[in-house]
Amino acid sequence: MSDETGNSKTKTSRRRFLGAGVALGAAAIAGKARAGDGEAAILEKKDWNQYLGDGVDARPYGHPSEFEKNVVRRNVAWLTADPISSVNFTPLHDLDGIITPNGLCFERHHAGIAEVDPAEHRLMINGLVDKQMVFTMADIMRFPRENRVYFLECAANSGMEWRGAQLNGCQFTHGMIHNVMYTGVPLKLLLEEAGVKTNAKWIMPEGADASAMTRSVPLAKAMEDCLVAFKMNGEALRPEQGYPLRLVVPGWEGNMWVKWLRRLEVGDEPWHHREETSKYTDLLENGKARRFTWEMDAKSVITNPSPQAPLLHKKGQTVITGVAWSGRGTIKRVDVSIDGGRNWMPARIDGPSLDKSMHRFYLDFDWDGSPLLLQSRAMDSTGYVQPTKNQLRAERGTNSIYHNNGIQTWHVKANGEVENVEVS
Amino acid sequence: MSKYLKSAFVALSVLATATPAMAGKFDLGREATAAEVSAWDIDIRPDGKGLPEGKGTVVQGEEIYAEKCASCHGDFGEGIDRWPVLAGGQDSLKSERPVKTIGSYWPYLSTVFDYVNRAMPFGEAQSLEPDEVYAITAYLLNLNDVVDGDFELSKQNFVKTRLPNEANFIADARPDTPVVTKGAEPCMTDCKPGTVKITGTARVLDVTPDEDNNQTGSLD
Repeated sequence: MSDETGNSKTKTSRRRFLGAGVALGAAAIAGKARAGDGEAAILEKKDWNQYLGDGVDARPYGHPSEFEKNVVRRNVAWLTADPISSVNFTPLHDLDGIITPNGLCFERHHAGIAEVDPAEHRLMINGLVDKQMVFTMADIMRFPRENRVYFLECAANSGMEWRGAQLNGCQFTHGMIHNVMYTGVPLKLLLEEAGVKTNAKWIMPEGADASAMTRSVPLAKAMEDCLVAFKMNGEALRPEQGYPLRLVVPGWEGNMWVKWLRRLEVGDEPWHHREETSKYTDLLENGKARRFTWEMDAKSVITNPSPQAPLLHKKGQTVITGVAWSGRGTIKRVDVSIDGGRNWMPARIDGPSLDKSMHRFYLDFDWDGSPLLLQSRAMDSTGYVQPTKNQLRAERGTNSIYHNNGIQTWHVKANGEVENVEVS
Repeated sequence: MSKYLKSAFVALSVLATATPAMAGKFDLGREATAAEVSAWDIDIRPDGKGLPEGKGTVVQGEEIYAEKCASCHGDFGEGIDRWPVLAGGQDSLKSERPVKTIGSYWPYLSTVFDYVNRAMPFGEAQSLEPDEVYAITAYLLNLNDVVDGDFELSKQNFVKTRLPNEANFIADARPDTPVVTKGAEPCMTDCKPGTVKITGTARVLDVTPDEDNNQTGSLD
């Protein structure tokens, strides 16, 4: 955790510490009991001041501090029939910067986590190619590779909010997104190795798990910037993110980023499979449904404060922060409103501004303690401005499920609690 | 140009553009065998490409469905708990609560065959024989009132068996909300008339598990 979230974070941690019932003694008398002398945090020796800690071999693969044990992915049990075919959510309110740690990247599986032995894994390319081919993982790792940071957002992120404010926390309203650095081989190189026939227009990636996930991807996108990735944030993909191989489809909906990738078929027409007909199509008010709605529109959300991260320090200096992203390029600006979208102030984007990657923004803010209607609004490099939820509803109705990139409103109350609300 | 010469010319130009710089550039991987390709190449398209030989009746499908599908999807495709509803929902797409089923929503029958064949039954994927998949697909058509009870679905009559909602899928029309012209900035002041009012609050306040509620104090 960086210092950027300031006081509220420190106090939250302390309350968690108390709530967890760990080491009550020293912390409970902090401040008051020794008011005349100073703070117990300074005046009393702590165990870690005196005694030796674990040696280097105690944690061969490191894990976060026990005081961060609440920083976890969470699901909403009633959303799906079974955790085997379900989704959980990235704890955006606990993160900073732009990179999502591997263990906190939200999960969406359709048949559970496949535990694939890389030695037994193959990638096949078949269909409209000069030579139908098979690659081992060792073959794939001999191709020239690239490193790229991209966001992956589920098209259903914020999908529960179409009919009105529903879930209280940005983890749940916006947590079907993560942003990591991928290392992988440009898909173009693999397709060229097989030799794409001139009548080819589409590819169909397929997963090796028990859902055998498939999608139709235009060949032009495949040749432009897709990657076949084997690393995330420098280490091997996690099993829940498709180990040992996944497709990366920058800026496009997460469902297309097929995990446990084992096959690429090249064809002249789309396949119209389940995940691009029954699902991931956007039903409009007139009963028509948009299909092949691949791009993720520009979107942003304030992660702190938010319902899971209240403003516990009361009035005074605070840091408002959040994330913004666009499937069409970079984020050019983020504006923040404290009055429900009537007036806006430009936020400060800090950290790398990369194509189709999450951006981090801050508004350093002196809170007067009065209630706020907090919003953020992103504009991307194409001039697209994140719309209000009501603008989206006016165009599409409320049955679309997918592609809800509307402006989120948090109601910060005078006591610092935050609630997910809809505004006029 | 003679027919022969013309085709030779086309073949040559394809070679010229495709081969030298492309195929086999890194000399990695190997050619897939025919048996390997057919083991994995199971996908079906709306034009029938990929369909295996086979057939199955509504009656046969009902029996297999009862044994392998009904525990989640219900005897009549109504869906148990939150498992997908497969039948009904006709004329519901414009309503407040659309019911998107094979009969009310799915555009192509090939999607049903492909999905059942690749991913069902849940937890025992790719265990069905082609005739069983034809039969289950026939039964699902019958549950959705697309075919009669004496119908038999086969590779031969598959493509002409159409689903009712096929025509209602349209192209992506985004962006469908305002884009600002280059160099301009979005509205910054007085963007809404008067004071902004709260029109709704979160319906679900307790999504986060209890232990967290206690610790953050933010959730009721």
